Amino acid sequence: MGAPPDSMAPTADLLRLATVGSVDDGKSTLIGRLLVDCEAVCLDHLAALKADSRRLNRQEADLAFLTDGLKAEREQGITIDVAYRTFSTPKRRFLLADTPGHEQYTRNMVTGASTADLAVLLLDAQRGLTTQSKRHGFIASLLGVPHLVLAVNKMDLVGYSEAAFQEISEQYKSFAARLRISSLTCIPLSALCGDNVVAKSVRMPWYSGPTLLDYMESLYIGSARNLVDFRFPVQLVLRPGPHFRGYAGTVLSGLVRVGDEVLTLPSHRSVKVQSIRGPDGPLDYAFPPQAVVLVLDSQIDLSRGDMLVHPKNQCHVARDIEAMLIWMHEKPCLLTRPYLIKHTTNLVKGAFSRLHYRVNPNNLHREQCATLGLNEIGRVDVHLFRPLLCDEYQRNRATGGFAVIDPLTNETVGVGLVIERTLQQPGTVPSPGCQDEGILGPKAVTIWLTGLSGSGKSTIASELMRQLVQRGRPCCVLDGDALRQGLNRDLGFSPQDRAENIRRTAEVAKLMNGAGVTVIVALISPFRRDRAAARSTIGSDRFMEVFVDAPLEVCESRDPKGLYAKARNGQVPEFTGISSPYEPPTEPDLHLQTATMSPEESAREVIDHLERKDGATP
Amino acid sequence: MCSVEAYNLDYLRQLEAESIHIIREVAAEFERPVILYSVGKDSSVLVRLAQKAFAPGRIPFPLLHVDTTLKFPQMYAFRDRFCREIGVDLRVYQPAEALAAGVNPWDFGTVKCCGLLKTQALLNALREGGFDAALGGARRDEEKSRAKERVFSFRDAQGQWDPRRQRPEVWTLYNGRISRGESMRVFPLSNWTELDIWRYIGLEDIPVVPMYFAAERSMVVRDGHLIPHVPGARLEPGEQPQTVLCRFRTLGCYPCTGAVRSTATTVDEIILEMIVNRTSERSTRLIDHDQDASMEQKKREGYF
Repeated sequence: MGAPPDSMAPTADLLRLATVGSVDDGKSTLIGRLLVDCEAVCLDHLAALKADSRRLNRQEADLAFLTDGLKAEREQGITIDVAYRTFSTPKRRFLLADTPGHEQYTRNMVTGASTADLAVLLLDAQRGLTTQSKRHGFIASLLGVPHLVLAVNKMDLVGYSEAAFQEISEQYKSFAARLRISSLTCIPLSALCGDNVVAKSVRMPWYSGPTLLDYMESLYIGSARNLVDFRFPVQLVLRPGPHFRGYAGTVLSGLVRVGDEVLTLPSHRSVKVQSIRGPDGPLDYAFPPQAVVLVLDSQIDLSRGDMLVHPKNQCHVARDIEAMLIWMHEKPCLLTRPYLIKHTTNLVKGAFSRLHYRVNPNNLHREQCATLGLNEIGRVDVHLFRPLLCDEYQRNRATGGFAVIDPLTNETVGVGLVIERTLQQPGTVPSPGCQDEGILGPKAVTIWLTGLSGSGKSTIASELMRQLVQRGRPCCVLDGDALRQGLNRDLGFSPQDRAENIRRTAEVAKLMNGAGVTVIVALISPFRRDRAAARSTIGSDRFMEVFVDAPLEVCESRDPKGLYAKARNGQVPEFTGISSPYEPPTEPDLHLQTATMSPEESAREVIDHLERKDGATP
Repeated sequence: MCSVEAYNLDYLRQLEAESIHIIREVAAEFERPVILYSVGKDSSVLVRLAQKAFAPGRIPFPLLHVDTTLKFPQMYAFRDRFCREIGVDLRVYQPAEALAAGVNPWDFGTVKCCGLLKTQALLNALREGGFDAALGGARRDEEKSRAKERVFSFRDAQGQWDPRRQRPEVWTLYNGRISRGESMRVFPLSNWTELDIWRYIGLEDIPVVPMYFAAERSMVVRDGHLIPHVPGARLEPGEQPQTVLCRFRTLGCYPCTGAVRSTATTVDEIILEMIVNRTSERSTRLIDHDQDASMEQKKREGYF
């Protein structure tokens, strides 16, 4: 009758999964079905369930009542809070978090999904995609849940139609293509009737994929743990007597061995690991998620919140970070006062210094906003009063996530995920992999401003930079004059040297684009041939030629550097427009007439063009 | 040596690590924590985990037993020996006022009895001891409202739980912030199942009250439940004690704790029995069936 003994053996591997979806999509019923069909429900619970269902005038035993543990949930027929269930089959043990679908309770969905290996997202086949199902998919991807199952439920109500299933699957796949999810699997099922949950449905012969349970049992999850970056936040200093001083804590990631040289952060002291004590005595090495005590070879001042790392693999020690913030409280996020940031074993005061944008979960568009309200998600700058010892969340869940606590009410009001910084920070170049189109940022491009000296290129470039930074877009200006003082200081103004000047600039722009930085080039670049070469170096899809056009007289009257006057006097040879030709672009991506436009308007035009080009992911 | 296998913890050791982490968080974040010690198997496991969390030092906080005085004699004997042997600071709180008023389940009914002798008593004991965090051995698999509870479960100044306003608990970040008068209940065994507890007891050779093992015992059969017949227990008209081979899956107050028919006399036999058994352990607790959502109601008021 019951499952064979092995399934609950301590050695059985564990899959953590969260079920998510909208109200009435049937999540709780699905779980009830899984539990009943796996014979994981105790007989007396089943009897209580039938009694509860009768009392509330449900016709049959309502499977949802198995997990809707709160009285209000059973009365209202909704799930309010996360319910955790452990159950197992002969193949695997499962820790299931049933999370609420009601928008009001999105924060509880975040709670359930934060540690999940798999999110099972339910959709009602009759209703198709909803804002909530997109929001939940987005949050799951944000939280780094690697695998997603789209469970198209209530197939019985659409006559088990293959077309209906295909349509919903395609819709969701096209939405999910822009999320960071390593696998998406669609399964048609009926939780109520038991089709394709545990047993294969005979009513959908057109479906040849796995049932939900098959999938859950066979999903490979070995790669989820980070065994590379050793991170050990000190949790507690143990000093039971004068002869022992140990640092208790949990290995969040990576490995540590006796004899290892480790570095204390933020104090940057180098020490050796003298011994490691596990729950059952001495260990030679420790790995996640072991809770251990480290004894070091020298007495140093180290306390809760400090971090031990390997010298050659350190985390960030940062007072300014950028994060995706999921707000969880009715009172909106305030930029005017500090919050408490709970991160590993640290509690640090911090303030949100800037809100870049919020993400509309429906279409993943970025929207300008003044604040974040309940359940809204946005990108913020966080300024910390003491340095945070962190990694990017995508690299390390354990050191990249933090909770935001309201210091007045002590409530947890938000959750943050550290993302790579986009503003200029010496020594950190975002890695190329993170800058593909997606939730973390649009594709980096090169905006090539060409035009006469004095036409307004530099002014537009710096205005453009300002506006892009405001939008959270990593960017950088390559200005002709600045380049000639450094990289290109060996070059003159002959056509050959101009060509080399442009070649080098294009190569730099290409490298920076590859690293995710949008580049604004402000360079006279008078010859079509050279600009075409730059386009081909950088790539057509990333190259945007902007003709900054002002009549020569206008430029000459501006003459910010007094060059025209010198050129007219013959003091500057090969001066474009005077003694050297300028070949205007024949088909620029954008043509700005700066005689009649302000630099702000010009920059705005460029950004509009850019966002149109970005399409769905501005 | 460096195979990937060497870096995997089996499931019990993962649970153990998680629990130790939680217990240490409590030690780090609170000024006056206490372990609620109920003498049962989960308490035995919790105490073992706390020992491991602070080794080579001692558990830096006391154990508190809220004693209704209606526990089984074997439980008292076990409690005193267990605590003496491991050298912990045991505090026993008896609800003097309610006991003086003669509160008992036969005359007052189980709902009122529980409310006064356990829930109110616990709140009084925590307040009198000035404890700001109470570690308990409750597990999510016991009952469905417990399945909803956080590991760090906030209680207001009246000791009440508000299931609608629970703090989001992400990753392993536990928000332990409270204001004066408020407190935290902390459940390090949240993700353990009854079977895990027994496997761990077997693995670690943890002492438990002998009543968990099958023996011939004098019992009364009432409403399908096996109620132990101990000196002091009242019989209903027509009831006759009989000798039954049985064991207890949970231990509480003797008037309200049922036994199950069983032949399991060792931990291994209990584990085997559980694998084929499909009733929940709390089915032997009469008090949980009092009202619809009775556990939730009790928890809201401050019960463990």
